Amino acid sequence: MASLPTDELDPDSGPVGGKGHALLSVGRAAGRGDRVFRGVALAAGLLVLAILAMIAVSTTKEAWPAFQQEGLSFIFSDDWVPSEGKFGALAFIYGTLLVSVIALVLAVPVSLGIALFTNEAAPRRLRTTVVYVVDLLAAIPSVVYGLWGILVLAPAIQPFYDKVGNAVGDWPVLGWFFGGQASGRSFMTAGIILAIMITPIITSLSREVIATVPRTQREAAYGMGATRWEMIRSAVLPWSRGGITGSVMLGLGRAMGETIAVALVIGSNPQITTHLFSPGDAMAAVIANQFGEATGTFRAALIGLGVVLFAVTIVVNVSARSLVSRFDRKLAGT
Amino acid sequence: MPDTLSTDSAEVERLLLEVTTSRSRRVRNRLATIWMWGALIVAIIPLAFVIAYVVLKGGAQLSADWFTQDLPTISRKAGGGMGPAIVGTLLITGAATVMAVPLGVLGAIYLNEFGGKGRLASLIRFMADVMTGVPSIVMGLFIYTVWTLTFGLSGFGGALALGCLMLPIVIRSTEEMLRLVPDELRHGSYALGNRKWRTIMTVVLPAAIGGIVSGIMLAIARAAGETAPLIFTIGAARSLNLNLFEGPMTALSVQIFGNAQTPFPAAQDRAWGAALTLVGIVFVFTVLARVVSSRFALKHA
Repeated sequence: MASLPTDELDPDSGPVGGKGHALLSVGRAAGRGDRVFRGVALAAGLLVLAILAMIAVSTTKEAWPAFQQEGLSFIFSDDWVPSEGKFGALAFIYGTLLVSVIALVLAVPVSLGIALFTNEAAPRRLRTTVVYVVDLLAAIPSVVYGLWGILVLAPAIQPFYDKVGNAVGDWPVLGWFFGGQASGRSFMTAGIILAIMITPIITSLSREVIATVPRTQREAAYGMGATRWEMIRSAVLPWSRGGITGSVMLGLGRAMGETIAVALVIGSNPQITTHLFSPGDAMAAVIANQFGEATGTFRAALIGLGVVLFAVTIVVNVSARSLVSRFDRKLAGT
Repeated sequence: MPDTLSTDSAEVERLLLEVTTSRSRRVRNRLATIWMWGALIVAIIPLAFVIAYVVLKGGAQLSADWFTQDLPTISRKAGGGMGPAIVGTLLITGAATVMAVPLGVLGAIYLNEFGGKGRLASLIRFMADVMTGVPSIVMGLFIYTVWTLTFGLSGFGGALALGCLMLPIVIRSTEEMLRLVPDELRHGSYALGNRKWRTIMTVVLPAAIGGIVSGIMLAIARAAGETAPLIFTIGAARSLNLNLFEGPMTALSVQIFGNAQTPFPAAQDRAWGAALTLVGIVFVFTVLARVVSSRFALKHA
């Protein structure tokens, strides 16, 4: 077994429609066991499609009263007053997008740096340790990051926000982002916690993508006298651009759907502002925080937020996966 | 030590760079190296902080009572334990595993052994990948609408939601492992007169079992830490409930979420203790996954 050539492992030349199998299904009774087994396995596979369809149908149905009442202003109005029956979710949509963008801005350079480090720069011994540390980062539950965020990070970082706000709050462009009332629980803190949480996903996926760069390409670049950085820019990055984009988008999808950590540190104050240090709110967070006390149209509106979130993450994930899987094909062809 | 020069490849690389490349190229290369090392350090800092806080603050909570007592009725006072939440996390995650693993493995068998490159299999494979990206809170809302609204709060509702989250992970990781099983094993089994289903059950699955179990462990670790799918489906019990199908339960993650939001030190301490317990459970499954995958690794060239 150990001496098998690796191309024998290719599943596409594999058991599907294998000739050995065709020879066996001679007797009718002989094939019955296989047909039943195939049917059961297929049913399990189809369950994936069924669940996705059921999510869309059942949540939309429960959210319908809110959609019907609000119409398009559910998405385009920021008037959210449950006690008066007003449900405009724009501030939550804005908050979700803003914290996700902050998270990406912080996480992408770090993730890419680590991915390149493990593949290109790390001493051999350090390589497995780094992979292990990144896996550990991914293994910690999001609620634990949220706990640390609300009890440790938020109080500790507020003086820093104040200092930055005082220093540049009156400046033209910087003031838009860093002025305003600073709070420990804010868009920025939520973005930082999210960045910590999506770093492992982006890192491990782009690490795998970068590992597929053919050795010959690297050596060709080195052979031309390139430094390591020039080799990365001319051989590694062009090859893996699509796959890295896909992994960043998967990170974005995860950031938008992340609930508990954001619910704890974002400050639960829905508002549309450019001030990153101000408290805000996000779609997933408001569902988690307010669902317990919600009834009637209010509950329908919260489920409606879930529907919007589902639709957005499906779009992001489908585009990300097609980028990454296109890359798989490239990988399979080499 | 001039004699070590020849064995120190980093030193050789540095010297070579110095004589062959211009200053600006060297500086840029150096900056890139600093970026890569810096990224690693930036990622390690929060990890170290989180682990240190969880271990130090949480460690102070652990005692025999912690694992056995019910939750206190007044959460701002110290005392009581986390027993119901620990049991709840284990029961709910266990029930989710019992549902998701057989279905996930069967789905993977379809994808790799029957569907192959066909259109339907490709669609299922793609949608399973997409399904891993569905936010866990959406899964919670889904189970709330199809289960909790009709049958009320129960541990089983939470298990359904966690099972839905685990299913695509199990399918994809199992399929990856089945792909690694060499065809010679299948052909050998066919040659002995085995049917396909028998070949899969007695030859293919046992050959890949290490990797499959390892993937399942990682899925369990991820499900055990989930909070959002549980908050609307299992309720908030304070005392032990061993019946998954009747009445509210509680779980460690839910307790962390609830207690972290209170201003009371005793409740916050309880959240740290629950965090340590949860991280411990997750860690055990992660380590088990590594042990299993290295011990039963499919040996291929």
